[in-house]
Amino acid sequence: MKKILPILLFILAYLLIQSLILLRVLNPYWQQIIQFAGLMAISALGLNLIYGYTGQFSLGHAAFYGIGAYTSALVTKSYPHGGLPVFIASLIAAVIVVAIVAFLIGMPILRLKSDYLGIATLGFGIIIKVLFDNADAVIPSLGGSRGMVGIPKYTNLTITFILFFIAIIVIRNFVYSSMGRACISVREDEIAAESIGINTTKYKTIGFVLGSVFAGVAGVLYAHLYTFLHPSNIDFLKSIDVLLIVVLGGLGSISGTIIAALGWTFLLEGLRVILPAEILDWRFVIYPLLLIMVMIMRPRGLWGGVEFNFLRPKEYGRPATDK
Amino acid sequence: MEYFLQQVVNGLQLGFVYALIALGYTMVYGIIRLINFAHGDVFMIGAYLGYFGIAYFHLPFPIALAFAMFGCGLCGIIIERLAYRPLRRAPRIAALITAIGVSLFLEYFTSLKFIFGPDYLAYPRPFTVTTYQIGGVSFSTIQIIVFSVSILLLVLLTYTIQNTKIGMAMRAVSFDKETASLMGINVDYVISLTFGMGSALAAAGGVLYGIAYPQINPFMGIMPGLKAFVAAVLGGIGNIPGALVGAIIMGLVETMSSAFVSSTLRDAIAFSVLIIVLLFKPTGIMGKMGTEKV
Repeated sequence: MKKILPILLFILAYLLIQSLILLRVLNPYWQQIIQFAGLMAISALGLNLIYGYTGQFSLGHAAFYGIGAYTSALVTKSYPHGGLPVFIASLIAAVIVVAIVAFLIGMPILRLKSDYLGIATLGFGIIIKVLFDNADAVIPSLGGSRGMVGIPKYTNLTITFILFFIAIIVIRNFVYSSMGRACISVREDEIAAESIGINTTKYKTIGFVLGSVFAGVAGVLYAHLYTFLHPSNIDFLKSIDVLLIVVLGGLGSISGTIIAALGWTFLLEGLRVILPAEILDWRFVIYPLLLIMVMIMRPRGLWGGVEFNFLRPKEYGRPATDK
Repeated sequence: MEYFLQQVVNGLQLGFVYALIALGYTMVYGIIRLINFAHGDVFMIGAYLGYFGIAYFHLPFPIALAFAMFGCGLCGIIIERLAYRPLRRAPRIAALITAIGVSLFLEYFTSLKFIFGPDYLAYPRPFTVTTYQIGGVSFSTIQIIVFSVSILLLVLLTYTIQNTKIGMAMRAVSFDKETASLMGINVDYVISLTFGMGSALAAAGGVLYGIAYPQINPFMGIMPGLKAFVAAVLGGIGNIPGALVGAIIMGLVETMSSAFVSSTLRDAIAFSVLIIVLLFKPTGIMGKMGTEKV
């Protein structure tokens, strides 16, 4: 029963949103926001795996998001009337490409430690953005700095929900598997982990590749939700957004990440609705102030070290908090 | 060859501006291990204060520069007091996120209409620009001012850190905070002062950037801030001569790649250099390799 309940809740949430759409309570704009919140949550779960569980400070998450988005958009744009099978094929292609790139870049730079790793991944993110800015010189349909237009719209509520659900299941099962425990041990103390025979390079790479794949999947959803891609969608500020979500939610907490991702999206959009037009400029003044206040009051994030019961096997105690 | 030398001069000009920003990053990192993401925005505020000093108060250039440095120094101290001091004992990532928050706040708050406004402003030049030719390489008044002001400030900073009592206190705090406080050093005061000095240097960088590339807006600090930070990492973050070396390399690489490769690929080349250097020297060019203790 305990296992079925969360799945039922998930289906219930889906049905609730669908009926609200049928009752015309949610206009297409808000439907888009809900899907965007879902894909942000997927991307943030990926970064939480890299940073929250494996302890590798990555500021280049948006690069993988971008690689996934552009790869899949290239596939679906090449076969414009393919329908769902083409979309699924593009998703698989994106996952493969992102995994390969993440592996190739992760192998050398994961040797770096903490802030230096952060800067190297940040640099990688900026390089990828510049490459997409100039990509139209090689493949004209990528659009370069003019943006990529004419991507078919495949992302819908059902697909977002399904992928979101799969993401939660995958990350939960990974984190509590022996591989996940190895990743956590790398975060806690790399030298100690190495001395008990854990191949730290291997697990750092596994965590990094899997987390990046999540970002890639989020990118696929993004590309086919807004049907337009521009290199500015993947600049380093987008990586920062995901980092904010993960830290706000609490490092190493799946529940925290999900709540923070949904909360973050709806807060930014909600402020747009609540604030009167004349002080709409204040939206990005209020948001950082809230951010600073939350960080000062809860330095470990809102749900740091706390997990919903259904995301945690019975025999497990509280997940370890960050350093 | 002359073209090449000319590019070296231009690269040095950019490099010195980066150096002034990078020093603030490196000093703050050296003392509290915080990547102060808001530093690029402090640089922006410095540029604006200089703008107001020159355009509205009609101050002579050196006074306007001092005004911007003083104002920004104060600003840096206030930011540290309000946003970072409450997090002194929190996990480092919390302070980093707060710094990002401060950065966003400064950008969007100053772009409100009654503060600086969101538009680009043309930066005034309070002197006539003349160009001098030396062996086919041209120097403008701007370049001479950028070089002399930054070298003066660098010498002053080095002197302060190496030869004065407060400089000794700063070195002590960055070496070991606990022991320094046991030796009677007021750690909070030293940290405040470090923020103040770093911000003042960034303000000088902002004013020089304004006169050299004469357009400012509230978001101008993002890219120079980021690149100065990369320069600090390249040189070995926490290391003051390293910041200067890193900044000059960064300035030269950027100018050279715009001049000889392609200006659209400029940033990609600059960051590739960073990644390659880090792969061979994981703590930067002049950074110390710490021994790992078990």
